[in-house]
Amino acid sequence: MPPKRPKSAISSAGSKGRAKGKKSQSPTLVEKPGHPEDIFPMVLTSATQELFGCLADEDVTGESPYKLLKKDDIIQDIKTRAAVSDFSPVKQIVLDYPEDELLLVYDRDFTYEQCFYLVLTPEAKDRILNPPEPETSQVLENVVNKTPEPKEWISLGSELEIDEESIKETREKLWYKFSRVRRKFGVPVCFSDRNTADAKDGYLECASYQDSRFSIKQMQRDCGMQAVPRLQSSSAQTQWKFQRNIFTQYVPRELSDEEKENILQFESLNNFCNSVTPRVLQALQQEEIMNGFFDDWKALGAAAEDGDWSGKVSEGLMLYQAFTDQKYTKDKKISSINWHPTIYGVLAVALTEQKEERTKDSTTFVVTPSVILFYSFSDPSIPQLLLECPDDIFAFEFCPSDPNIIVGGCINGQVVLWDISAHVTHLLGTQPGSKKVSVSTDTFDLDDNQENKTPVVRYCAVSALESRHKAPITDVQWLPPTFEVTRSGLPVENKYNISVQVVTCSPDCTIMFWDLRMQRLLSHSATDRKQSVDQKTQMTPYSVPDTFKHLDRTWKPLFRVSLPKIDTSGEYAPLKFSLEHYTCNGNTGRTTEEDNENDDGDSSKVIPDYSQLRVPSAKTATILEDVNTKLYIGTEDGEIVHTDWKLEKDDSGRLQSAKPLHCFNIHHWLVNTVQRSPFYKDIILTTGGWNFAIWKEGVMDGPIVLSPSSEQVCTSGCWSLSRPAVFFIGKDDGSIEVWNLMEKTSEPAQVHAHITNAKITCIKPWTASSKQHFLTVTDDIGMVRVLEIPKVLYVPTRNESLSVKKYFELEEERLNDFLKREELWAQQKREAEELKRKTEPDKPAKSLEVNEEVNMKEYKDYMTLEESILKGIGLWPAAADKQNT
Amino acid sequence: MLIEETLKRIQSQKGVQGIIIVNSEGIPIKTTLDNSSTVQYAGLIHQLVMKARSTVRDIDPQNDLTFLRVRSKKNEIMIAPDKDYFLIVIQNPSD
Repeated sequence: MPPKRPKSAISSAGSKGRAKGKKSQSPTLVEKPGHPEDIFPMVLTSATQELFGCLADEDVTGESPYKLLKKDDIIQDIKTRAAVSDFSPVKQIVLDYPEDELLLVYDRDFTYEQCFYLVLTPEAKDRILNPPEPETSQVLENVVNKTPEPKEWISLGSELEIDEESIKETREKLWYKFSRVRRKFGVPVCFSDRNTADAKDGYLECASYQDSRFSIKQMQRDCGMQAVPRLQSSSAQTQWKFQRNIFTQYVPRELSDEEKENILQFESLNNFCNSVTPRVLQALQQEEIMNGFFDDWKALGAAAEDGDWSGKVSEGLMLYQAFTDQKYTKDKKISSINWHPTIYGVLAVALTEQKEERTKDSTTFVVTPSVILFYSFSDPSIPQLLLECPDDIFAFEFCPSDPNIIVGGCINGQVVLWDISAHVTHLLGTQPGSKKVSVSTDTFDLDDNQENKTPVVRYCAVSALESRHKAPITDVQWLPPTFEVTRSGLPVENKYNISVQVVTCSPDCTIMFWDLRMQRLLSHSATDRKQSVDQKTQMTPYSVPDTFKHLDRTWKPLFRVSLPKIDTSGEYAPLKFSLEHYTCNGNTGRTTEEDNENDDGDSSKVIPDYSQLRVPSAKTATILEDVNTKLYIGTEDGEIVHTDWKLEKDDSGRLQSAKPLHCFNIHHWLVNTVQRSPFYKDIILTTGGWNFAIWKEGVMDGPIVLSPSSEQVCTSGCWSLSRPAVFFIGKDDGSIEVWNLMEKTSEPAQVHAHITNAKITCIKPWTASSKQHFLTVTDDIGMVRVLEIPKVLYVPTRNESLSVKKYFELEEERLNDFLKREELWAQQKREAEELKRKTEPDKPAKSLEVNEEVNMKEYKDYMTLEESILKGIGLWPAAADKQNT
Repeated sequence: MLIEETLKRIQSQKGVQGIIIVNSEGIPIKTTLDNSSTVQYAGLIHQLVMKARSTVRDIDPQNDLTFLRVRSKKNEIMIAPDKDYFLIVIQNPSD
């Protein structure tokens, strides 16, 4: 066996002789090997075969001739057996082999002359082990549409037929020419009919006859055929003679029990169960672990913000704008401020004298005119509108149903009305976005022109002098448009759903209800009215809207409520009050429908002319039972009084005010704010003196929350409009405290000191838009500051209103509990005292002597003790001598 | 029995309300719910599975539906389809 020859010398099978011959001829000729270069035929001795587990015909067979040998094993074998090893000729190649396994192929058919061959390269190994897939037959896509080329015409006999069919002329055409004599040219011709039978030989007939000589049977005849669809249109109409409901009822297919049993035995069902169970279990567990559809990110954000993270998020109140006017606000303090309910960015402030100089005739002679100024965001330095007042105004309000009507309470006790509908366009023109046309032309004007630019509105009605309050009016409020009251204080429904009544209070211990409409007056007062109208027209030089002409100077209150003290005689002097805003229930809903069919044609949107309205008769109006007619009043002495405004008939049949229900002296000085929470109907904030309190209507025993006394006087307070737990307190030293009941209940959440340098007189919040919440702060020196409330203070937390409600309930319980305990303790104390008094009837006289005796006894005991101790030590001085002497 | 065991294993998971094994025609074979609910679920879900499967295969013919989950406000219906049968499990998720 020619084993170990370099492969170049080994030739292909079947030509051993040739190989030898070649070798003898030219040993230098590099013989092309008969096998590919990357395999090496070799023979393996049986020992080697056993060692590598490739016994011929046993481990490797014709069917599976491949055996992978580890490179390391081969190297090992080479090392152990050196030259004897079958692998020594390929030693170098094996050492260089890049991979770990070499392929040994059992060559059964001796294609390469040996019984084994070793594959030397990895690529060859791959090629042998994974033969490339046979190429799929390639579909030659020679779908090339060739245009048909013209070919030579081959005659198939059709031209004869065509010739037979075509029509040819057998003879020449005959032609006749007709002409007329020339003189008849152009002459009208007259044609007439002529029958062929008219003239003899007019025609020559050549009739057909049956010639018996021949009869040709026509064998073939050409005839045309046309297939015509047979159309027939017809109609039918069914008559639905018997109307019957037809329904189908179906039953779901079900398998019988035996079938089910049968199926359950199937193998396929088992397989199915096997395959499906893991998936289902995984899904079930997934479900259990977490909720895949829950958006954590969103939920996180919803608690804090709506994802509107601007770079700077301010925590405190920031100054947005400050308003002041040199001319009008000098030496004045601001007594009241209101935002315009509909126009954005417009607010009105009432200015009063700083020093309260009240002279008797101050109504007619004023040094500086009292005004209400309207400021707008667009122009912080110039007031937009000026409302002229007869005297200093302490309180004023915009009408909730018509923002053009403003009612104010004067220092002299009169009630004043303004109508600014003529100047609304001017105010609207001051919107920040709109342009001011008039400004550009007046750039060089002096001050007096500027004065002219601020329109002045004179009051259009003032209450009668004799029926005014005897003290300055300190609070004015409109009754909400949902109800009105009659002369006796009964709440009745409000037909037009507009605010027509005003409530004023004043420290002269009365609360008055005023009606804006013309009252049912008897004839004599009509003349009065007329007279006053004449007077008015004479006296008013300006154009004053006559909305309230009917009221001017004759305006009397509807009725008065007095506030007698509960326990003692005398009366309370109210400073501020708060009534509950009644919201419509179903009854009034009905009336709005009736409204729409009213003669006047007014819907509740259209504001009827006040001068046309009449006070309805008390009998015709329907009484509203569920209106809360109780007021919370803050007085001059710091008391909070809870009273009813309905007048009752007393013994003599006259209508009298009832005694107030409750009174508490919580604040020890002037009460300056009594305000209901915009979120809860029965929670009221009151500030005054050095503290503030929160009350719950219905809890008769005291405030549910009472703040600790602070160092400065609390001068004003207001609830936040968007968060139920936040409210603001203004102080004497110009600082503002922001209280947040969700965070801390015993101290303010934020304190903004030095908002102004003077005393804060009024705070009012306003929601201009969903992103802009303002807080207006006015002070003693006439400055108005508008602060912007940061987002943290106006975005309510989740469930805030519920939490705050719960808090208030808790506080109420605590209060009740406390009161109960107090009672209990008081009772206990009384009992104890009783007991003590019973057991020691004559003690007081002897008590002193008893004490003396006891003291003496103790002293004596002490002396003896001292003596004994000193004697014991031996220090007892020989005092016996001294004592003796 | 393998099937019983399977059912028990699935039933023991938290929140499982019912299990139905339905054959390829939509007829329930084995169930843990009452008959009327079973029949209703089987009929409706069979249609849904057919639709879902055809959708998946229309988009990619080599793809196939392996699992279908219908989550509703009150519970979740899980359907594991196979060649001849499918398994419906109704679970009430813990949250």
